[in-house]
Amino acid sequence: MSSTAEHAEGHAHGHGLGETVTHNAAKFGMWLFLGTEILLFGGLFAAYALFRAKFPDLFYESHKKLDITLGAVNTIVLIFSSFTMALAVSASQKRNRKWLIILLAVTFICGAAFGVNKYFEYSAKFHHHIFPETNIFFALYFMMTGLHMLHVFVGMGIIFALIIMAKQGRFKEGNRYTPVEVGGLYWHLVDLIWIYLFPLLYLIG
Amino acid sequence: MANGAVTQTQHIPYLAQKGLKSWILTTDHKRIGILYLITISFFFMIAGLTALGMRYELMTPELDFFRTATEYNVAFTIHGSLMVFFFIVPGIAASFGNFLIPLMIGARDVAFPRINLLSFWIYLVGTAILLFALAQPADTGWTFYTPYSIQTGTKVIMITLGVFVLGFSSILTGMNFIVTIHKLRAPGMTWSRLPLFIWASYATAILQLLATPVVGITLLLLIAERAFDIGFFDPAKGGDPILFQNFFWFYSHPAVYIMVIPAFGIISEIIPVFARKPIFGYKAIAYSSFAIAIISFFVWLHHMFVSGISETAAAIFSFLTMLVAIPTAVKVFNWTATLYKGSIDFHSSMLYALSFIVLFTVGGLTGVYLGALAVDVHLHDTYFIVAHMHYVMIGGTVMGFFGALHFWYQKWFGKVFNELVAKAAWFLIFVGFNVTFFPQFFMGYQGMPRRYATYPEEYISYHALSTYGSWILGLGILIMTVNLLIPLWKKGRPESSNPYGSLSLEWQVPSPPPHENFDEIPTVTDWTYAYGKK
Repeated sequence: MSSTAEHAEGHAHGHGLGETVTHNAAKFGMWLFLGTEILLFGGLFAAYALFRAKFPDLFYESHKKLDITLGAVNTIVLIFSSFTMALAVSASQKRNRKWLIILLAVTFICGAAFGVNKYFEYSAKFHHHIFPETNIFFALYFMMTGLHMLHVFVGMGIIFALIIMAKQGRFKEGNRYTPVEVGGLYWHLVDLIWIYLFPLLYLIG
Repeated sequence: MANGAVTQTQHIPYLAQKGLKSWILTTDHKRIGILYLITISFFFMIAGLTALGMRYELMTPELDFFRTATEYNVAFTIHGSLMVFFFIVPGIAASFGNFLIPLMIGARDVAFPRINLLSFWIYLVGTAILLFALAQPADTGWTFYTPYSIQTGTKVIMITLGVFVLGFSSILTGMNFIVTIHKLRAPGMTWSRLPLFIWASYATAILQLLATPVVGITLLLLIAERAFDIGFFDPAKGGDPILFQNFFWFYSHPAVYIMVIPAFGIISEIIPVFARKPIFGYKAIAYSSFAIAIISFFVWLHHMFVSGISETAAAIFSFLTMLVAIPTAVKVFNWTATLYKGSIDFHSSMLYALSFIVLFTVGGLTGVYLGALAVDVHLHDTYFIVAHMHYVMIGGTVMGFFGALHFWYQKWFGKVFNELVAKAAWFLIFVGFNVTFFPQFFMGYQGMPRRYATYPEEYISYHALSTYGSWILGLGILIMTVNLLIPLWKKGRPESSNPYGSLSLEWQVPSPPPHENFDEIPTVTDWTYAYGKK
């Protein structure tokens, strides 16, 4: 069994755990955590399904007030950032520090661009006196995109920390790119959730 | 696996280092376990005292101890939310889970020691918010049901925020334990040799991961509802109060098993040691924890039989609810079969384990009653529910918790308590508990509703009896606590590192264990429960 082999390696380094064990454990832990994130949003998706079934007209009329262009631009920005994140993971595995930093920085900027876009969207809504209490659709809109935005910020924080760690040369040797890979997993989830939010909120037929 | 005591003096115990910093910045799973143990015990005490106050109020039909009915409502809200969210949910899982999991599987620590500490710190932040909230407590009950929790003038946001923060701690701990059990088992510690406490902890951790985020989003929505005036749960704004109940019980029913499955694990550890027999039906016990965990996600509607759900849904959920009784009964039968023809030693921890079997069976069987639709309509929101729930939670989880405290006490703290006093305390607790809660089955059946500060004259004898019982129970817990606290100030270590002759790995290291547990990671060659073979 491979786990026994991992253990043999793990304990060969005295009292610390081996790199393979640490790497696999970290990835496994992150996957479990991502599962909980999906359930967190799952509650909102369930509420969405219930209320959309209950008030189809309200959802249709209200969604027209959302800016599809801005939403679409943000979708493209986030998908692109997932692409650069994947390349960043690959760069870290090849110990290419220069490209790792560049790609992480691009991912970070994409996240920031997403935030700026969202800021304009929210301001426009407030300007037109649309608030969470306006109706159930907008309550869902603000809760879902707001919680997602919070995740984008957390993701940007992680990427920022990764850039600093990369500058310090932390990912140079062995399998030490684990943090990049784990951070990447988180960022992909943030992207994935948006891919569901966009059609559910902006593209109601 | 060696069965024998190790020399007690040659290691530096993990408790040796002194000073506040060595505690609050520790990543040692055993110390983090102690930190949890202290905090949950503190909340157990506060919530317990509140319960004594409520029982005192209920001695007479009139309002006499509390000034207003709202004060009584506040008291049961504090009692319920503290006991549930701050004591019993993190309880055994975080305290004994932390202490035992690495030791039992032959690891030096959990997979992510720093996240483990972070998890405790998040728990502390949650408790700080809660203590702050207690300055102006809410009166919603621990379930925070809408629309009342939106309309009430008391402060609901703070207490729900506290519970929300706790959820993070619960999720991180669950994640940590699952990864630890998967990745850090000692060589030879195969799945079929794992101690049953580990199986139970694994099932619990799955529940923590899958259920907690849902209550998280529910509380977040409730906070948004109050803060931004939106209407997810408000019928006047097109919202649906039943949605809140669905969300809430989707978490809170599995949470019942987060509370009790670790206790199942503890009972499975204590009984074979003191019956001197291999556990009967090892695989059945291990898998039944998972069966319970899975079924527990499909029964939540049984809390809502009178909330206006469809009859079809009610009938289906009634059936599913009764299904849980099967894997649970499998455990009870297996424990009983383990005792059969065993050479039983009535150690104090064994007394708690045996009381667990009896009391939990009463709690479990009345649960099947309540799962039956017609009966539930009659008994819903009466003291029958209160009694059922306390038989499961105190008769089950707390008995398991006390049993664990007595069983692993020497290992964890390296001290010895007075066994005779422990037995006396157990007797008071067992008697006091039954005197308190058994009458509640009867008065509930006769129609006494829960959550009222006053009641009609005819229930007075039941209520008075129940209150006397609560004093005996309180006295028993007090004696037990003092008996367990006194040895901590005494010098010296236990003579033997394995006084009960257990085969489990945690007993093969000194008491208390050294930092990082094992000099050399052991190689496991035999089943944990191979008693009587040697």
